[in-house]
Amino acid sequence: MACTRALARLASKRTGMAIRPAGFARGFASVSDTSAREPVSKIAEKIVPDPARTVVPESKTSTVKEPQPDKDSKIKTFHVYRWDPDQPSEKPRMQSYTLDLNKTGPMMLDALIRIKNEIDPTLTFRRSCREGICGSCAMNIDGVNTLACLCRIPAETNKESRIYPLPHMYIVKDLVPDMTLFYKQYRSVKPYLQRDTPAPDGREYRQSKAERKKLDGLYECILCACCSTSCPSYWWNQEEYLGPAVLLQSYRWIADSRDEKKAQRQDALNNSMSLYRCHTILNCSRTCPKGLNPALAIAEIKKSMAFT
Amino acid sequence: MASQRVFQLGLRRAVAPSFRIQPAGRMVQRRFAATENAAQSDGTQILAKQRLQRPVSPHLSIYRPQITWYGSALNRVTAVVLSGSLYIFGISYLVAPTLGWHLETQSMVAAVAAWPVAAKIAAKATLAFPFFYHSFNGIRHLAWDFGVGLGNKTVIRTGWTAVGFTVLSGLYYTFLV
Repeated sequence: MACTRALARLASKRTGMAIRPAGFARGFASVSDTSAREPVSKIAEKIVPDPARTVVPESKTSTVKEPQPDKDSKIKTFHVYRWDPDQPSEKPRMQSYTLDLNKTGPMMLDALIRIKNEIDPTLTFRRSCREGICGSCAMNIDGVNTLACLCRIPAETNKESRIYPLPHMYIVKDLVPDMTLFYKQYRSVKPYLQRDTPAPDGREYRQSKAERKKLDGLYECILCACCSTSCPSYWWNQEEYLGPAVLLQSYRWIADSRDEKKAQRQDALNNSMSLYRCHTILNCSRTCPKGLNPALAIAEIKKSMAFT
Repeated sequence: MASQRVFQLGLRRAVAPSFRIQPAGRMVQRRFAATENAAQSDGTQILAKQRLQRPVSPHLSIYRPQITWYGSALNRVTAVVLSGSLYIFGISYLVAPTLGWHLETQSMVAAVAAWPVAAKIAAKATLAFPFFYHSFNGIRHLAWDFGVGLGNKTVIRTGWTAVGFTVLSGLYYTFLV
C-alpha cells in the first residue's frame, strides 16, 4: 500500500508541484510533542506506571449493596470506574455495586440509572434518549465500546459486569470523558455541504437514487465516538489522526454528489497523519453500536485518493 | 421564595387539614450544600486547572481481546521479527568478509547441521510462524486496501482462517521440511 500511495502521489499533481518535486509533495502533519503519544512510551508507562493514575481495583474498594434484596432476587455485581475531580489527588477506582436484576430494567443504562437513583447519587454518566439515537451513553462495557442503552445486561448473575468510560480519553468525572478534541476534529472536516454553483433548476440540489444510495451507511452515524476510542491508532495519535468516526463523516461529504469541494476535502486528508494512521485494525467496525462500517468508509477514501 | 412556599403549604393545609401536627418549616425543602458563584472568566481557569489533573481512562488493559486488534498487533510484531532478522543477516553478510566471518551458504549449512535437534526446531519455528502469519495476513490487508472483505463476519472468519493456515504451515515447515 505504501508504494501504491507514493506512486499515486507522484501521479497526482494537485499539491505543491510548482515549487517542490513530486517526491516531496507528501505533507507531514506537525508533531510537536512526540514523546507523549508513542507506543514505546506507552509501554514504558506500563512498566513504570504513574501511581496517581493507575486504577484501584475493585478488591480494594467497598461494595455498595442492593438496598432491599428479596429471597428470590437475582443479584448481579457491577464494577464501575469512578474518579472525582473534586479530589484530584485520589486515584481512579473501581466501585462495586450489586443490583437485583428483577427490579432493574433490561439494559445497562437502566442499571446505571437505578444505581444513581437508589444507591449512589454521586455516580456520573451522560445519557439522554435511552434508545440509541443520541450517542450520549457511549462507554466501555465488558471490554467493548457500546451504547449503554443498547447493551443488554447479561442474564447470568455469576458473571460480573465491568463498566469503564471510553478508552484513552481524559476523564471529566466517573464515566464522562472529555470530548472536546473529538468535536474539534469533527469540525475540521467541514461537515456541511460546500457548493458554489446554484441548482440547475434554481430550486434544490437534486440527486439520483444511485447517488443517494451512496450515503446509506454513512449518514446514520450519531458521533458517539465508540469506534474512534476503540482504535489503538487513535489511542496513540489522537492529536493528529482524525479517527474512524470523523473519517466516516468526512467520507459522507466526499461521497455526496452535491458537494463541489471533493478535491479540497481529499487534499486536507493528504498527509501522513490525518488519514493514513489507519492501519486497518478494524476495531471500529467491530464495535459500532449502530452497525455501520467506518473501516469501509476509510478504505473508500484511501481508494478515492489513490486513483484520482 | 421560601416564604412563598410556606404560605402555599399553609393554604394547602387549610383546604385539607390532617390530624398530625407538623411545623411548616420542616416540610419545606431546604438546601444544605451551599454553592459559590463563579464568574465566566474564573470558569475557564477552573477548567484549565481541572484539565491538568484529569486521568486518562484505561485502554489496552481493559479492551476485550478480539481477532481484529490482536491480529493487527501480531501482524506488526511479525513484521518487526522478519524484517529485523533480514536486516541483521544482510548487514552481517555484508561485513563478513571484512571481519573474517564465514556466512557463506556452505559453512552455514555445515554449522546448522551440527546443531542439536531442539535448536533446529526452535530456530525454524521462530522464523516459520511469523513468516506464514505475516504472509497470510498480508493477503487480507491487500484485499482491504481494495475495499474487499471489510464486513464484520468476513473479518473474523478470514482472521481465524489466517491463524489456522499459519499453524498448519508453520508446523509443517518446522517438523517436516
